[in-house]
Amino acid sequence: MAIELPKGTLITQLDSLVSWCRKNSLWPMPFATACCGIELMATGASTHDLARFGAEVFRFSPRQCDLMIVAGRVVMKMMPVLQRVWLQMHEPKWCIAMGACASTGGVFDTYSVVQGIDRFIPVDVYVPGCPPRPEQLLQAIIDLQEKIQREGTTWCREFSLPERQKLPRALREEV
Amino acid sequence: MVLVFPVVGRRAFSDRWRVMEPVLPLFLLVLCGVGLGLVLLVLGQIVNPRRSSRVKRMPYESGVDPFHDARRHVDVRFYLLAIAFLVFDVELLFLYPWAVASGPAPAHVPAAAVVASSTVETDSAPSKVADPSPTTTGARNVAPGIDAAVAAGTVESRHFVFGGTMVFVGLLALGLVYDWRKGVFQWR
Repeated sequence: MAIELPKGTLITQLDSLVSWCRKNSLWPMPFATACCGIELMATGASTHDLARFGAEVFRFSPRQCDLMIVAGRVVMKMMPVLQRVWLQMHEPKWCIAMGACASTGGVFDTYSVVQGIDRFIPVDVYVPGCPPRPEQLLQAIIDLQEKIQREGTTWCREFSLPERQKLPRALREEV
Repeated sequence: MVLVFPVVGRRAFSDRWRVMEPVLPLFLLVLCGVGLGLVLLVLGQIVNPRRSSRVKRMPYESGVDPFHDARRHVDVRFYLLAIAFLVFDVELLFLYPWAVASGPAPAHVPAAAVVASSTVETDSAPSKVADPSPTTTGARNVAPGIDAAVAAGTVESRHFVFGGTMVFVGLLALGLVYDWRKGVFQWR
C-alpha cells in the first residue's frame, strides 16, 4: 500500500503536520503605532480572547515571533525600524496589515506617511477598517491560518520562491 | 505513561525499590518534563529552516542602531555602595525574625489553637504521645516566640536576646560610621 503511493506523499503529510502546528501557535509581534493598537489589545483581552486561536502570546522581541501585526499608520521615519524588525524575525513569518492606514495610508494622504506597508514588507492579510473591530482581526487570523495550512512547507520553501522574491514590492530577504 | 506506571510500580519492582514507590510519580514527572523539553529541542533543531543574515544577527534594540556594547564599564565606586547596601540588607534579614518573635502574642489566636497545633504535632509522631515536652505543657498559653522560649527555658531572658541584637546592630553601625568617615558616601 505504502509503496504504491506516489513519491512525495510523506513529505506533503509532514508539511501538513508542521503547518498545522505552526498555524495554531502564532506568536504575534505587535507593531502598534496608533489607535488600531487599542483594538489589537482588545482582541487579546478576555472578551474576544485571541487565545482561542493560539495566538495570544504577544512577544516584544522579533526572535520569538512569527506573526507581525502592523496596527496603525507608519510614517517614513518609522519605516526603517519596521523593516529591520521584520528582517530580524525568523522564518516562518507572516504579516497582517491591520487597518486602513497600515494597508493603504488611510486618510493620511501625505508625503510623510507610508501609503501602505506592502511597499516595503510583504503582507499576507489586509484588514480593512478604521479601526477594524476585533472580530475582523480574528477573521484575518483565521484566514492566515488557512493560508498557512494551504501553502506552508516544513523548510519554509515558500519564503524563498522566485515569484515571491520577484514581487515588485516585496523586500528581498538577503540583506 | 498511564499504562507504564502500574506495571512498573506494582509488579516488576523488587522490595528494595518498593520503598521508592511514593516518590515514583515525582520521578516520572521529572522524567517527562526533562524528556519533553529535550524532544522539543531536538525536534526544533530538525524541523527548522536556518536563514541567517547580518540584520538577524545584530542585537535587537527595538529596531534602531545599537549605540554601545552591552558589557560596558561600570564605575568602581558603585562597588563600595553595593557592599554597604548588602551589609544592611543582610542585617535587615536577621532583624525581621527577631522583630516578629519578640512581639506580643497575637490577640486573635486563641490558646486552644496553640494546643490543637501541638496535638497535631504529637499525632504525626505516635511514639511521643505520652512525652510531655515543655513547649506543649509549660508554654501552652503563650504564643511561639521569645516569650515561649523563655518559658521553656531555652533562653535566659528577653533582655538577653535584646542585648544580643543590639550588639549586632551596633557592630554594623560602627561599620557605617567607618564608611562615612572614609568618605564612601561622597561621590568624588
